[in-house]
Amino acid sequence: MIVEHATRSSRIGVGLIAIAVIVLASAPYWGDRQTLRLLAEMFTFIALASLWNLLAGYAGLVSVGQQAFVGLGGYVLFALAILFDVNPILAIVVAGPIGGLVAIPVALLIFRLRGAYFAIGTWVVAEVFRLLASQLSVLGGGSGISLPASMVLAMAPSRQIREFEMYWLALFLTLATLAAIFVLLRSRHGLALTAIRDNELAAQSTGIGVWSIKFAVYVLTAFGTAIIGAFIFLQKLRISPDTAFSVNDWTAFVIFIAVIGGIGRIEGPIIGTIVFFALRQTFAGLGSLYLLMMGAVAIVVMLWAPKGLWGMIVERLGWQILPLQRHLLLRKKDVRGKS
Amino acid sequence: MQWLNVIVQGVLIGGLYAMFAAGLSLIFGVMRLVNIAHGDLIVLAAYVSLIITQALGMDPLTSLVLVVPIMALIGYALQRGLLNYTLGDDLLPPLLVTFGLSIIIQNGLLELFTADSRKLQAGAIEIQTFKLAQDLWIGALPLIQFAVAVAVIAGLQVLFYRTALGRALRATSDDQPVAQLMGLDTRHVFAVAMALSLAVIAVAGVFLAVRANFDPAIGPARLIFAFEAVIIGGLGSMWGTLAGGIILGVSQAIGAQIDPGWQLLAGHIVFLVILAVRPQGLFPKVSG
Repeated sequence: MIVEHATRSSRIGVGLIAIAVIVLASAPYWGDRQTLRLLAEMFTFIALASLWNLLAGYAGLVSVGQQAFVGLGGYVLFALAILFDVNPILAIVVAGPIGGLVAIPVALLIFRLRGAYFAIGTWVVAEVFRLLASQLSVLGGGSGISLPASMVLAMAPSRQIREFEMYWLALFLTLATLAAIFVLLRSRHGLALTAIRDNELAAQSTGIGVWSIKFAVYVLTAFGTAIIGAFIFLQKLRISPDTAFSVNDWTAFVIFIAVIGGIGRIEGPIIGTIVFFALRQTFAGLGSLYLLMMGAVAIVVMLWAPKGLWGMIVERLGWQILPLQRHLLLRKKDVRGKS
Repeated sequence: MQWLNVIVQGVLIGGLYAMFAAGLSLIFGVMRLVNIAHGDLIVLAAYVSLIITQALGMDPLTSLVLVVPIMALIGYALQRGLLNYTLGDDLLPPLLVTFGLSIIIQNGLLELFTADSRKLQAGAIEIQTFKLAQDLWIGALPLIQFAVAVAVIAGLQVLFYRTALGRALRATSDDQPVAQLMGLDTRHVFAVAMALSLAVIAVAGVFLAVRANFDPAIGPARLIFAFEAVIIGGLGSMWGTLAGGIILGVSQAIGAQIDPGWQLLAGHIVFLVILAVRPQGLFPKVSG
């Protein structure tokens, strides 16, 4: 027997992705400054939502505290850059392993909580990080700190080149995150994760080490989230405990994106991000009414279309953009009874 | 004496936390639902009381006569109209729907009442104190609040173990399909549980609003206090929840005494330590 991943739609999908990547990579040549900033922000949200999706949608670990690792990444970047004079780009790379390392004791502790209580436990951890960050007087304490101008100027010879660099970095980090998740899901462990997603008890009874896979996914997600967090705050050039560990920005929006796009599907966060930003560009002027509307949309989608927009498309049309499904192809000799 | 004072104040505020927690633990016990909007509903109760006191010129504590039934009705309607549809084997729908609800309540309150801090004025009772010992004074209001908290917990205990309604709640909690076979309408039982939870929240919300300033954004922190008190005390035990609230209140008071920045942190740290050394809580009754 052969296991095949690709379908006709996924072959078209991969082609489209290749074209999209080329178009996006050349954005500095056709887009203005505003477009680049918006696209870069979208990329970071695609990455954050994809990581949350891996955690909640596949591993069943519903976290409302991923802002802990976004903020941690940001603070690692500022600490390394300001206190140890490390190049900010290098600091982004270092933020990943630190996020992963910190996640190990955190996971050992909060994995003792089940289900929904786990979710609130992750929130407590994020609050602890926020409160600890406001005690860090070397990094501005509660009011936060800016990246020194000399450091920003040293990053690139001109403002335009720096902006191009940041844009490409955002695109690269997001593609790398998506690629890593894709490779993980295509692997043996990905099959186990999909099994856990569909039925945890059944997965366990087929011999999958559910606890260790969940643990590994939690740590890996923290790794990725910290890197993206470091990038986000390098782009903002300023950090404070309230922005770094904001539950609205890094969890509520991210969950909204994943729910709208489709939880438990790799394409979901991409669709969700596009919808989220379209809504934001149109209605953000409404302020808190806009947020209220967002909460209502999320509830409606969760109740009537729990698989999100992409889930509906898959069910109705059977499309998949990325070749992740596994199809068994029976060859003639298999049918005759040999394998 | 200063430390004794700190501890006594911590115990008294712990009563408020226990009321936050009792509502959360009640609905978790009956339907395994964790309500992320719990803290925001506490704040909503405070605003309902604000409207009533302003419109009718009532005293905040008297306004409870109206706030409690209003919140209970909201709870019943919320459960029947929305949350019942989220219950099932899947963990995500109830969690994400209540998360969405939390955002709706926060921003709805923001839209109606702006981000300004409010406080309910309870009049002379706010500044009355009793002398307990040399240099140890207790405010009348914190004392009433603590007594009410103990009464609420005791009331819930009696309701659960001595009444027909309590039997229905416990039966649904133990085995939902069998409870249904015995003729219980579980949709109604769940809605009653939510109504009870919001009635307790109403009391807690009014005391919170008399005690300190509030604004639309303070809900999530109350949810976290409630959650910590539940886990410290142990799932399923009402008296454990009271103990959990008190432990949380005392740790925060001690933390604040050492350094104002450490008030919340101290509470979180005690919670994490208990989670590390005794994950089932101090006085557990049921698992998971």
